[in-house]
Amino acid sequence: MELELRGITKRFGSLVANDGIDLTVREGEIHALLGENGAGKSTLMNVLYGLYRPDEGQVLVDSRPVEFSSPGDAMAAGIGMVHQHFMLVPTFTATENIVLGAELTGRGGLLDGRRARQRVVETSERFGLAVPPDALVADLAVGVQQRVEIVKALLREAKVLVLDEPTAVLTPAETDDLMRVMRSLAEAGTSIVFITHKLREVRAVADRITVIRRGRVVGEALPSASPAELAALMVGRDVRLVVDKAPAAPGPPVLELAGVRVTDPGGAVLLDDVDLTVRAGEVLGVAGVDGNGQTELTRCVVGLQPVDAGTIRLSGEDVTGAGVREVLDRGVGYVPEDRLHDGLVGSFSIAENLVLDLVDTPAFSAGPAVDRAAVARNARERVAEFDIRTSGPEAAVSTLSGGNQQKVVLAREMSRPLELLVVAQPTRGVDVGSQEFVHSRIVAERDRGAAVLLVSTELDEVRALADRIVVLYRGRIAGEVGPDATSEQLGLLMAGAQPQEGTA
Amino acid sequence: MSTDVAPGQAPPGGAAGAPRPRRARAGDLLVTACAVVGALVVGAVLIAVGDARTRAAAAYFFSYPWDTVVEAGWAVRDAYAALLEGAFYSPALSGKAALGPISETLVNATPLVLGGLAVALAFRVGLFNIGAQGQVVLGAIAAAWIGFALDLPAGLHLLLALAGGVVGGGLWGALVGWLKARTGAHEVITTIMLNYVALNLLTFLLSTRGFQRPPYGQAISEVVDGSARLPLLLGSPLRVHAGLLLAVLAALVVHWLFRSSRLGFRMRAVGANPEAARTAGMSVGRLQITAMALSGGLAGLAGASQALGVTGSVTGSIAGSIGFDAITVALLGRNNPWGVVAAGLLFGALRAGGVQMQSATGVPVDLVGVLQALIVLFIAAPALVRAVFRLRTRAGGVGGELAGGWTR
Repeated sequence: MELELRGITKRFGSLVANDGIDLTVREGEIHALLGENGAGKSTLMNVLYGLYRPDEGQVLVDSRPVEFSSPGDAMAAGIGMVHQHFMLVPTFTATENIVLGAELTGRGGLLDGRRARQRVVETSERFGLAVPPDALVADLAVGVQQRVEIVKALLREAKVLVLDEPTAVLTPAETDDLMRVMRSLAEAGTSIVFITHKLREVRAVADRITVIRRGRVVGEALPSASPAELAALMVGRDVRLVVDKAPAAPGPPVLELAGVRVTDPGGAVLLDDVDLTVRAGEVLGVAGVDGNGQTELTRCVVGLQPVDAGTIRLSGEDVTGAGVREVLDRGVGYVPEDRLHDGLVGSFSIAENLVLDLVDTPAFSAGPAVDRAAVARNARERVAEFDIRTSGPEAAVSTLSGGNQQKVVLAREMSRPLELLVVAQPTRGVDVGSQEFVHSRIVAERDRGAAVLLVSTELDEVRALADRIVVLYRGRIAGEVGPDATSEQLGLLMAGAQPQEGTA
Repeated sequence: MSTDVAPGQAPPGGAAGAPRPRRARAGDLLVTACAVVGALVVGAVLIAVGDARTRAAAAYFFSYPWDTVVEAGWAVRDAYAALLEGAFYSPALSGKAALGPISETLVNATPLVLGGLAVALAFRVGLFNIGAQGQVVLGAIAAAWIGFALDLPAGLHLLLALAGGVVGGGLWGALVGWLKARTGAHEVITTIMLNYVALNLLTFLLSTRGFQRPPYGQAISEVVDGSARLPLLLGSPLRVHAGLLLAVLAALVVHWLFRSSRLGFRMRAVGANPEAARTAGMSVGRLQITAMALSGGLAGLAGASQALGVTGSVTGSIAGSIGFDAITVALLGRNNPWGVVAAGLLFGALRAGGVQMQSATGVPVDLVGVLQALIVLFIAAPALVRAVFRLRTRAGGVGGELAGGWTR
């Protein structure tokens, strides 16, 4: 089946998310859709999947125009989608999830579990996608859950499979697995639209590449193109893939964790006997696949997460069990991984967000009132200093792009003297232009003498910024390496150095 | 998200001011106006259906339909005219009595404004205070007890009684905040339960010596000393009293709290995103307790104002339905202090006019309750109002705020 998008335009108010996009996906082709976060990839796919109606343009299936008003229509036309965040019911089995919405029923309208299981097994065998049919989805590894999603689409006879950022949550081994699956599906005639912003993967697996930027197609490329060429297409100019920084001059230890253990209320161990030290003037990078204890690590350092055992010291003083206020007052800056959830109040203005944790300091107080003049002055200065692109400091912070929101968080945290900066996923959802800026500010903070604890799932980022790297795997520190470690070394540590574990 | 706020509207350095989405917008006002009109239209149908002459005319509707329409029109006109006369101005009255309707409107509006502010304050902090009723009761009990049990000079006595009302309601509210912060108990559940406790506490006290008025036959408290009574603003027989000034003052304070104060800034942050507030080092639990204490204090003041300004004693029905009407007032006022004042005045006028309407035309005063309910129903379902009145669609609205209150 051949799929063609012709002149797709989608507007949200004054924002043009897709601007006359043309895209053709041939039968049996892996077509990569490459673009930064916010370039309009997801909007385009939601148009294709019947979730949005395009303002202009057409979708053609085998040269015949079609119109989808719901995902059901798209599915019926042979289009399957695997979302970045899986749409699975964790307490159902793989089989139940796969047939959900298209349940097989027998006599009297009862579910026919046996026939459903059989079809799941058949489909997964036919396409070489191993899925345990009776396992609860909650018990499956992320990579296997993804396979469940793919089988779900294939069972509905998808001829075109859309994979939205499929590798964001996978270990390197799982990513390799996925790529094998993609290739064998393509060989069997399924077309695949592979949405990503990772250059390496695109070059490894795609047959053709379409690059979009700011809602427009800016070029097509073949996988033989160099990463620099692709990056240049994506961002529209040459981007430094390496962060400029002098060698670190580590000082005395600022943050020391000894035997830190965190368990969730259910008893699962989230952090297991973690020891680490971050010195003044160095960046310690924490690498790992999402969900291996990074969140808990940063949260327990800033006092948001109580620890069950172990001690946390700041400049030699025990702060285990201290509240957030106290930790922040000791000169700790915190850039949380999910800025709209933890770092910003979306409905507040930029100016208000810039003083969220400073409003009770003398600089912004006028008796019991907020010193609004000081808040406004601070906002003007920070917006200028951090180049926050906005219509004005009174705009709600939720109206900003991801990159500019991140700059607001950074600007706030860096507006007081820091001994320790805790940064989690500093460039997640941040456009490439802002990424450079964010990176340079983190390095500047290090050079000023602060200790920096950097947590990121982006290996390139960790390697570019960190002076030392530790890898977290299942809440434990799996190993420490230098910033010149290869992807293979890191990948091995990230998978727990036990290759079988990757698919467990 | 609407960002089309006129530049002039943002005051210089309004950084710490009310957050944009809460600011009253033309669209909100339009929906509110349409909701009131819609409610009056439905109310008109009810009046017509309830009118004996209209029903008599409807019996021969198919032979002479015009009669039904005319009779219905007269019935509706009479009822609404009486409503207006009872609420604002009656040509039949002259001299001081001409101010009577306005005075009654203000008397009715006073506790609604105070209670509405209480609910709105909690709501801005993400708390759904269904317990204003209980807090009103506690405020009335405390204020009245200080009013009749203590013997103090005028002025001081009144101040102390008012303070007692605030503290009584405030503690009742703070208890809810404490339970939530400590145990995670949802405030909707605890406030509803505490309403029962408060009401039964009042019933108990009204049968207790030292609280009950001799000769101990009736469920009514002792009489508040004159030194603790809120003075009448326009003199007898007009009932409007100094509680009205307290309500206006309270609106000013709430306005300042959320617009300018650091405490209000933190409370708004907790209401809008408790996770971000916690991450910024704020004590979410303590702020929730503070907010519930302030909210309960305002509701307690409403109870004190009733006991010291209107009744001069406490009965089992001292709180009426103030605590529940306060929720609708806050909703109608979009949780904005001045919106609450306007909504309180509207409902106060409906209450005052409703009495006159019943005595003049026989339309039961309960119609007012129906009108209130319909107004709020229309506002809680903005999509409905927009569909009925063919307004342009816009995302958001107080319906979303209402839903948000439940999920937090």
